[in-house]
Amino acid sequence: MTKKNPLSMHVDVDDFLPATDEEKAYMVQMRPSTTFFRDGCKRLFKNKVAFVSLIVIILITVSAIVIPMVWPYSYDAQLGVQPGKPVDASFNNLAPMEYSKSEQARIEAGESVFPHLFGTDAAGRDYFIRVVYGTRISLAVGFFASLVVLVVGMTLGSIAGFMGGKVDMVIMRIVDVIYSLPDMLMVILLAAVMRETLGPAIEGTVFARIGSNIISLFIIFALLYWCSMARLIRGQILSLREQEYVLAAEATGAGAKWIITKHLIPNCISVVIISTALQIPSAIFTESFLSFLGLGVNAPMPSLGSLASDALNGITSYGYRLVIPAIVISLIVLGLNLFGDGLRDAFDPKLNQ
Amino acid sequence: MDSKTLRYIVKRIILAVVTLWAVITITFFVMKAVPGDPFASEKAVTPAAKAVLEAKYGLDKPLFEQYLNYLDGAVHFDFGPSLKQRGRMVTDIILDGMQTSAKLGLIALLIATVAGVLMGSTAALKRNSIFDRIIMVITTAFVSMPSFIMGTLLLMLFSITLHLVPANGAAQGGMILPVVTLALYPMSYITRLTRSSMLDVLGQDYIRTAKAKGVSQRGIILHHALKNSLAPVITYFGPELAYIVTGSLVVEQIFAVPGIGRAFVNSITGRDYTLIMGTTVVLASLIVIMNLVSDIMYKVVDPRINLE
Repeated sequence: MTKKNPLSMHVDVDDFLPATDEEKAYMVQMRPSTTFFRDGCKRLFKNKVAFVSLIVIILITVSAIVIPMVWPYSYDAQLGVQPGKPVDASFNNLAPMEYSKSEQARIEAGESVFPHLFGTDAAGRDYFIRVVYGTRISLAVGFFASLVVLVVGMTLGSIAGFMGGKVDMVIMRIVDVIYSLPDMLMVILLAAVMRETLGPAIEGTVFARIGSNIISLFIIFALLYWCSMARLIRGQILSLREQEYVLAAEATGAGAKWIITKHLIPNCISVVIISTALQIPSAIFTESFLSFLGLGVNAPMPSLGSLASDALNGITSYGYRLVIPAIVISLIVLGLNLFGDGLRDAFDPKLNQ
Repeated sequence: MDSKTLRYIVKRIILAVVTLWAVITITFFVMKAVPGDPFASEKAVTPAAKAVLEAKYGLDKPLFEQYLNYLDGAVHFDFGPSLKQRGRMVTDIILDGMQTSAKLGLIALLIATVAGVLMGSTAALKRNSIFDRIIMVITTAFVSMPSFIMGTLLLMLFSITLHLVPANGAAQGGMILPVVTLALYPMSYITRLTRSSMLDVLGQDYIRTAKAKGVSQRGIILHHALKNSLAPVITYFGPELAYIVTGSLVVEQIFAVPGIGRAFVNSITGRDYTLIMGTTVVLASLIVIMNLVSDIMYKVVDPRINLE
C-alpha cells in the first residue's frame, strides 16, 4: 500500500464501513446499574469497623435467641428447689464449672450433668442462661422502644411538616418544651409512678406477661423521646419539598404518588433508619440504668442492668457476676453505636461532602 | 449585642420558664396519680387522725388549690415536710445532700473539661499519631460504657482487688473514685468534641493568614485555634451538667456518698413522695438553668452562629 500524503483531502472509504459486533461491544461502556441501597451496602461493607460491629451484634442477637431454646436450665428455675424435697442449698452460689452435691453424686454414678458455665447465683439459678436471657430482654427492649419512638415521631413529624401553619407551630412548641426537659429525671419519675399504677391496670391481660415495668418503659419512650425523631422528619419533609428535583419532577408531569415514592421516601428513609439505629443503644442504656436503680424489668426476669445491680451485693466474693453482664452490655452498646456511625457514613452521602 | 441576639435570649428565657413550669406541673400531677394516700404506712391511721393530717398538709383542699399552693411553694424553694423522715423539711434534706453532691459534681466538671480540652486539642494537633489513635480508641470505649458499669468496675479494680482507695465515699479519700467515675464520660465526650472542632478550625483561612503573617506556632494555637474551637465545648456545659446530675444518682449509690442523688434514689424506693417531687424539681431546675446559660453564652461568644 502506498503511503498516503498526510495533507491529502482524499476520503478513506474504509472509515465508512459498518462496525462489526465485536467493535460495537468494545465501544459500549456498560456497568450493571446500581441502586442507592446496593451502593450504600458496598460502602458499608468496605468499612471494617462497622462490618466487625455488625458481625458482633448478629452473633450476640442470634445466641440470645437460640441458646435459651436448647439450654437445659431455665432462667427462673431455682435448681436447689424441687417439689417434695428439702431445699438443696449446695446449688446456691456455685463458682463457674462447679457442681452441687447431688450433681456430683450423679456424675460419680456415671451420669453426665450439663455444666454451669458461669456457676449459679444466690438463689441457685444457672447464671449463664440468666445472662443470655438478660441480653435477650435488653435487646428486645432497645429494639421495640426505638420502634415506638419511630412510629410516634414519624406520625407527629409528618403531620407537622405537611399541615404547616398552626398545627405545626403547636407541635413544635411542645417539642421545644419536652426537648428541654431533663429526660433522665422525668424517666425516673414516670417509671416510679407507673410502677404503682400500671401493675393493677394490666393484670390478666397479655401485657401482664411482659411485665408492667417494661410496658411503662415503652410508654415513657413514646412520651419523651419522639421529639428528636419528629423534628428530624419535619425538617426533612420541609427541605425536600423545596428541592429542585422535586420541582423538576413536577414540571415533567409526575404525580404526587410518584414524587412521594420515588423522591421523598428514598431521600428521607436513610436518615430515619440511621437515627432509629442510633436510638437502640440509647434505649438499652436507659433500660439498664433504670434496672440498676430497681425500676427496670420485673423479677425474676433478668436484664443486663438488673444482673449488674444484683451482682453489686456480692461484689467482693463474686466479682465475675458483675463483669460478665458489664462486658456484654458494653459490647452491645459499642457495637450498635459503631454500626450506626458506619450506616450514617454509608447511607448519607450528603455528609461525605 | 444586636437586637437579633437580644430577641433570641428573651425567647430562650421564656422557653426555660415554660419548661420549669412544665416540670413542676408534671411532677405534681404525676405524683397525685399514684394510688393510695401518703399516710398509708405500717401503722393503721384512724379516720380522725387522718383528717387532721390531711388538714395539716393541705390535702383536704381541692386539687387545683393544692396545685397552686405547690407552685407557690416551689417558687419559694419550699416543698413541705418529708413524709418518711419525720420532722425534717424536704428543703433541708436537699440542702444537706447538695453540699456533698455539689463538691463531687464541680470537681468532676472541672477535671472533665480541663482534661478533655487538653487531650482533644493535643490529639487534633498531632493528628493520626499514635497518641491520637490511642485517645480515640479509649474515648470511644468510655462513651459506650454506662456510668454504673464504669463505677462498679472501678470499685472492683481499685478498692477491692488493689486496695488503693476506700470503697466508701464518705471515708478519707473516698471521693476519688466517684469523681473519676463521673468525669470519665464527659471527659471523653469533650475530648472528641474539641478534637473535631479544632481540626475544623485549623483548616480555616484565618489560621493560614496568621501563619503567613509570621505568628508563632504557640501564638496560633493559643490565640486563634483554641479560642475558636472552644465554642462547641461551651454548649456542652448544659448536657454535661445533666449527665453529672443523673450520673450522681448511681455513682452515689455505688460508693455510698451521702449526697442528693442517693437521697433521690432512696426516696423512690421508700416512696417518700414529697421528697421525690422536691428533688426532681430542684435537679431539673438546675439542668434547665444551666442549659439556658450555656446556650446564651454560646450565642454571645460566637455571634456568627444562627441558632434559630
